[in-house]
Amino acid sequence: MSDGMRELLLCPPDYYGIEYEINPWMSVARGAQAAVAQRQWKQLHATLSELHCEVHLIPPQPRLPDMVFTANAGLTVGRKFIPSNFRHKERAGEQLFFSNWMEERGYEVHWLPDNLYFEGEGDALFGGDALFCGYKFRSDIQSHRALADMLGCLAISVELVDPRFYHLDTCFCPLPDGGAFWFPSAFDEYGQRAIREHVTDLIDVLPEESMHFSCNAVIIERDIVLPEGAPKLVTQLQDRGYRCHELPMSEFIKAGGACKCLTMFMPQREKC
Amino acid sequence: MSSETIELRGHIIDSLILPKVLDQILTSGGNFKITEINIGRKRADQSFARIEVSAETGEALDGLILRLRQQGAEVVERANAQVASAPADGVFPSDFYVTTNQQTFVRLDGKEIEVSPAMINSAIALDRKKGTARAVKFFDVNKGDEIVIGHQGVRVVPVQRATTHTDLFQFINTTVDADEPKSAIIRGIGDELRRAREANGKIAIVAGPAIVRTGAGQHLIRLIEAGYVDRLFAGNLFAAYDVERALFGTSLGANPELAVARGGHENHLRAINMIREAGGISSAVHQKILTGGILHACVRHEVDIVLTGGIRDEGPIPGVTTDVIEAQKVMRTKLAGVTHIILLATLQHSLAIASMLAPDVKTVCVDIDPPAVERAIEHQPLQSIGLVTDVEPFLRELVDCLTDSRVRD
Repeated sequence: MSDGMRELLLCPPDYYGIEYEINPWMSVARGAQAAVAQRQWKQLHATLSELHCEVHLIPPQPRLPDMVFTANAGLTVGRKFIPSNFRHKERAGEQLFFSNWMEERGYEVHWLPDNLYFEGEGDALFGGDALFCGYKFRSDIQSHRALADMLGCLAISVELVDPRFYHLDTCFCPLPDGGAFWFPSAFDEYGQRAIREHVTDLIDVLPEESMHFSCNAVIIERDIVLPEGAPKLVTQLQDRGYRCHELPMSEFIKAGGACKCLTMFMPQREKC
Repeated sequence: MSSETIELRGHIIDSLILPKVLDQILTSGGNFKITEINIGRKRADQSFARIEVSAETGEALDGLILRLRQQGAEVVERANAQVASAPADGVFPSDFYVTTNQQTFVRLDGKEIEVSPAMINSAIALDRKKGTARAVKFFDVNKGDEIVIGHQGVRVVPVQRATTHTDLFQFINTTVDADEPKSAIIRGIGDELRRAREANGKIAIVAGPAIVRTGAGQHLIRLIEAGYVDRLFAGNLFAAYDVERALFGTSLGANPELAVARGGHENHLRAINMIREAGGISSAVHQKILTGGILHACVRHEVDIVLTGGIRDEGPIPGVTTDVIEAQKVMRTKLAGVTHIILLATLQHSLAIASMLAPDVKTVCVDIDPPAVERAIEHQPLQSIGLVTDVEPFLRELVDCLTDSRVRD
């Protein structure tokens, strides 16, 4: 990385498709259109590349269609990479490809105990001075404690209650100025209170806009790359001085993912 | 009541996991006690809490613990109780666990079992097949029975102080001395008995001979007639005094209404003889030989009479259990289901009964002798009231307030 350029990890959607159903969005019967998915992913790749980012690509693997969602590879802080322990066996095969790839690039791989489920940046996002961690559907709350130990950071654990928003990054997106946009009803009452106590400027995303995976956005300084379909949110973000890049994400939303799910930061933070 | 100890670690304060877990326990109808807590000092420091969680039943607790595990709670493994075989009939293994009268649980094969009944100064016998734990006396134990030894895996749950201040027993919870006012307390006891009767509670009286000798029998009869007595525990002497008074107007030769008595101890023995001849108290009532007195009122109002004997007894009157081991068994059986007990002017029977009471039985003890009151209620913390007074004014005032419509609420 040079002169503040963000490094990102993406995975081409060569083997992407709906081959199983592990969240309410997925339907094998409906499937995803491969050509459209390719086009949408390339557009994301191009947009991020233009935003002063160095985009790395990990080779996709056959029979691992969700490897395209690199946010779930793990969590990177500085030169530490903490690989995920996937809850569903369908995705467990991705773990070694990601950890080997990161190790080959000189990252120190720190493993969580293998009895603790954790799905990487999908459930762990830095906001302000805290690491916000989602739990219940995919990650275990016990993994948050282990993360906090490994990283020496404050981990705020928040319970997810709506199965459509099964990862934290589907309903919560921290902004660099300390604020965040989120879909509150994806969290239980205590999770909502914990977020409100730690995040000063919160933008509530409308239910209809959150259904377009609007919270699943990649933030690069003042640029926000997010799925199209959230005009009100875009206006609110623009009012705060952010540039919004709205992309079609229909084929990935069919699998329960969008811009952020397709992207992992290397690292998300230099240090806690 | 079943319980487990859980531990929470991590940023449980900032994440509001601690309040969430405590709320979940309470909204599930459970209870908690935080036995240890360490709050992190610096921002990234993690916190720790050890919490004892309890619920009404084992199933309710299992369900609750399952939900708490999702919040990161870890269950602290508890050790099972240790057991040894009884070496002979009527002999416990050395180092056997001695019970209190508090609610007690033993852990067997990872599960807690409540010891039944809650009985002081007993051992605990386990039946693995039935999954039960019994408080047993020496005479209950057979060679080879599994008896709990040591303290490991045994948990005692003391009676908790009520969170409201409306419970007379918890509010007073002491002995009212001879020189202190008693009327308000006696009225309070009356209200408690009225509520007990309305709630289908069981009221037992433990009666000493002084009731008859002081002339307080008439008040006890009114109490029985008003339906406030379900069981009467007494000794042979009480019964003999009562029938003597009913048959001859005296008790041990003395007539409370006359300064000078006629007949002396003769009446006492003649009265016993008449009841023996009639075949017992109940028969004497049915044959109209016995037409008055406390026991007569009990027979007429179907109050269970439990009579037990002593070394100095004359007779005994038929129906008195004279074998002490047998008497303990009968008393224990007859105490089952009793919710309120009034110990009146008898040290010997009060102490015997007190040693058999479950900790939640509301207990009133009335005696003229302060140490007798103290000793009788010492094992019923938060559930007892002691009154140092002559039994006659106590009973008179209690019955007056229970039968006077002006003070009814």
